[in-house]
Amino acid sequence: MKILMFGWEFPPYNSGGLGVACLGLTRALASKDVELIFVLPYKMDLTIPNLRLVFANSRVKLRPVDSLLIPYSTVTSYQQLFSGLSSKIYANGLLAEVNRYALEGGMIAGKESFDIIHAHDWLSFGAGLAAKKVSGKPLIVHVHATEFDRSGENINQLVYNLEKEGMEEADEVIAVSQYTKDIIVERYGISPDKIEVVWNGIDPEDYQPVQPEDNGLSHWKALGYKIVLFVGRITMQKGPDYFLQAAKKVLSYNPQVIFVIAGSGDMENQIISQAASLGISDKVLFAGFLRGNELNTVYRIADLFVLPSVSEPFGIVPLEAAVNGTPVLISKQSGVSEALTHALKVDFWDIDEMADKILAVLNNPSLYGCLKENGQREVQKLSWKEAARKCISIYHKLFSRGEDNA
Amino acid sequence: MPSVCFYFQVHQPFRIKKYRIFDIGQDHQYFEDHSESNLNNKKIFQKVAKKCYLPANEVFYELLQKYPQLKLSFSFSGIFLDACETFYPELLHSFQKLVKTGKVEVLSETYYHSLSFLYSPQEFISQVKMHRQKIKKIFGITPKVFRNTELIYNNDLAKVIEKLGYKGILAEGADHVLGWQSPNFVYQPKGVKKLKLLCKNYQLSDDIAFRFSSKEWGEYPLTAPKFAQWVSAINGNGEVVNLFMDYETFGEHQWEDTGIFKFLTSLPGEILKHPDNNFVTPLEAIAKYQAVAELNVPQFISWADIERDLSAWRSNPIQEDALEKLYSLEKTVINSGDDKLIEDWRRLTTSDHFYYMCTKWWNDGDVHKYFNPYSSPYEAFISFMNVLSDLRLRIDSLKKDYKKGNSKTINLEGGCGL
Repeated sequence: MKILMFGWEFPPYNSGGLGVACLGLTRALASKDVELIFVLPYKMDLTIPNLRLVFANSRVKLRPVDSLLIPYSTVTSYQQLFSGLSSKIYANGLLAEVNRYALEGGMIAGKESFDIIHAHDWLSFGAGLAAKKVSGKPLIVHVHATEFDRSGENINQLVYNLEKEGMEEADEVIAVSQYTKDIIVERYGISPDKIEVVWNGIDPEDYQPVQPEDNGLSHWKALGYKIVLFVGRITMQKGPDYFLQAAKKVLSYNPQVIFVIAGSGDMENQIISQAASLGISDKVLFAGFLRGNELNTVYRIADLFVLPSVSEPFGIVPLEAAVNGTPVLISKQSGVSEALTHALKVDFWDIDEMADKILAVLNNPSLYGCLKENGQREVQKLSWKEAARKCISIYHKLFSRGEDNA
Repeated sequence: MPSVCFYFQVHQPFRIKKYRIFDIGQDHQYFEDHSESNLNNKKIFQKVAKKCYLPANEVFYELLQKYPQLKLSFSFSGIFLDACETFYPELLHSFQKLVKTGKVEVLSETYYHSLSFLYSPQEFISQVKMHRQKIKKIFGITPKVFRNTELIYNNDLAKVIEKLGYKGILAEGADHVLGWQSPNFVYQPKGVKKLKLLCKNYQLSDDIAFRFSSKEWGEYPLTAPKFAQWVSAINGNGEVVNLFMDYETFGEHQWEDTGIFKFLTSLPGEILKHPDNNFVTPLEAIAKYQAVAELNVPQFISWADIERDLSAWRSNPIQEDALEKLYSLEKTVINSGDDKLIEDWRRLTTSDHFYYMCTKWWNDGDVHKYFNPYSSPYEAFISFMNVLSDLRLRIDSLKKDYKKGNSKTINLEGGCGL
């Protein structure tokens, strides 16, 4: 079976979970001998695609398309990216660029042979639909986030329409969680029968013990401070403001705590000034965007990882924390809370509850130890191999349905 | 032969409400949840009373009228009886009516359904004595047979129980203790003079308690004639079949629509169809049958989980931590002479609190999850530890009062006040 996949650039040339998910899933699929044609938007004037290295000697064929689309593009962020460029190939607006990418997708579909089309995230749904029209092959759209996760109730209607069209025209929809499936059913009116849940995962072997880097946090630890960690984009969706409010409560009970925010994003300045106005600036550290060994070191030094997301379709970061042996406290408004049982859970808006649970972990070494040990064990089972296995069974289902109709 | 010996455990804990760190020093009503949650003790109690206790009592009362040979035994935790008096006096009357038939034995246990034997012999004895008084007060009788919380048992317990004047004790008929021996005989615990031991026939007991409605079970559906046949088959190779289970089996663990009450209604008649079969209470069983052998149980056993050990309450760091910190307050609390403080502390000794903190099998969705009113073991631990912090503050403020000379209580610094 051969899959035409519309995906995204892998780490480290990405920001956020979509690239991580594409890497994990395609690598696991390739290891299970699935043949892939991997199409991705790519700015050709940058470095050689990282994927070439990842997929050297495998049955994955790369088809980069020169495009300005990047994961989590918004109309505004696209405009900023576009305005700095002189190149004439890119469209002058996000939706126009999505259309241009769709045309390229259709052209690739016309030249290649494959059995199933699998498109990740709405930015590539258009390309998936074009490929379906050209080839007549079944289309899977893989929903990693919806417009409601990104924008709350202030959705961009045009983006919503593109998402809805992609899901309606698709033969099968993959949702990264039951939480996301529910949104797709309720907000997009898609039949639940057409939607399969495939959780994201991690590759535990990617997180082997590392030589810890000296990062300053160890000095705080030596002084008897506890470390509570937030990792993610500093945007409305991730709930950094709730994290700060909980921090304020925690500090009124236990001043010996440092709150670390690792990430960057459009709310960064707002969050820095919020910390100041709450009077806790001296206890909140902004670590910037961390990755690799740097990030693993921070996980390992932290006493607790918190994911206070307002709406999180899945949320891979808590799995990374857990595999590093950090206890996790996650928002109930997340897909990952379905997958992790050995985690503390809280409604993102329930600041008191969040603070109570943070303090419980910091005050009770037995709770810390129990969550650490059980979480680390549990997360081993949430692998990309498992996600790939489910995708393959969906491929087979669609493939045999196509055979029946033929 | 064989004699069928029924024992039903009747217990409801006082569950701790959601108690946050912000409540410490502000709120001492640890067990008062008035929400719609499963931590609302009154709500749960009344629900279980209607689904299980009242209808089951009715069935048994009628059966006792119909079959004069039928015998039963119950063990009530002291706090169950407390809850009964507060939440459902009518239910208490219903149990009293059963006991008045003279065919229902009441067993002895710790008042608070606690693990105190594992932590403090002194507290254990206090709770057993409190329970004895409560049973005397409610039912007008003094139990002669003891059963420890969740059938936790070992040689040392048997020795203590004999010293307290009991004639018999119950235990799980665990394979790793009985080996090739059958649970269907009376045994003598190692190291005692007269005390006799009844071992639960877990196969037959769990056929009713756990497997009754399981469609995956090869014997489904279980009928009264079939079950009576299994009992009769023991004729010739056993003397007493100990069917020990939670009373909540009837209507709560096995819902009415599984047919459990119908099964129960026809069971005594089916068992009595075989002329050699009869019913006994635990005390009658040990009077009627000689101990066939000594049973050596150096390690603790219980009737919980497949392990039949202490791991349901003591298998992870949060359980051990909570138990250790709780019992470290014992002497100060007991010696404070503050009745409310002592009562609150003792309610915290109830084994259920630690069962809820069990993480064994948690993600496999097993019985621990089914019986857990908290959304996770960690939630159970957090509320418990916050309550314990509040309890410590209360102790501290008593000490301050004492130093100021405002208190009539004595001996707050530990030491023996009894």
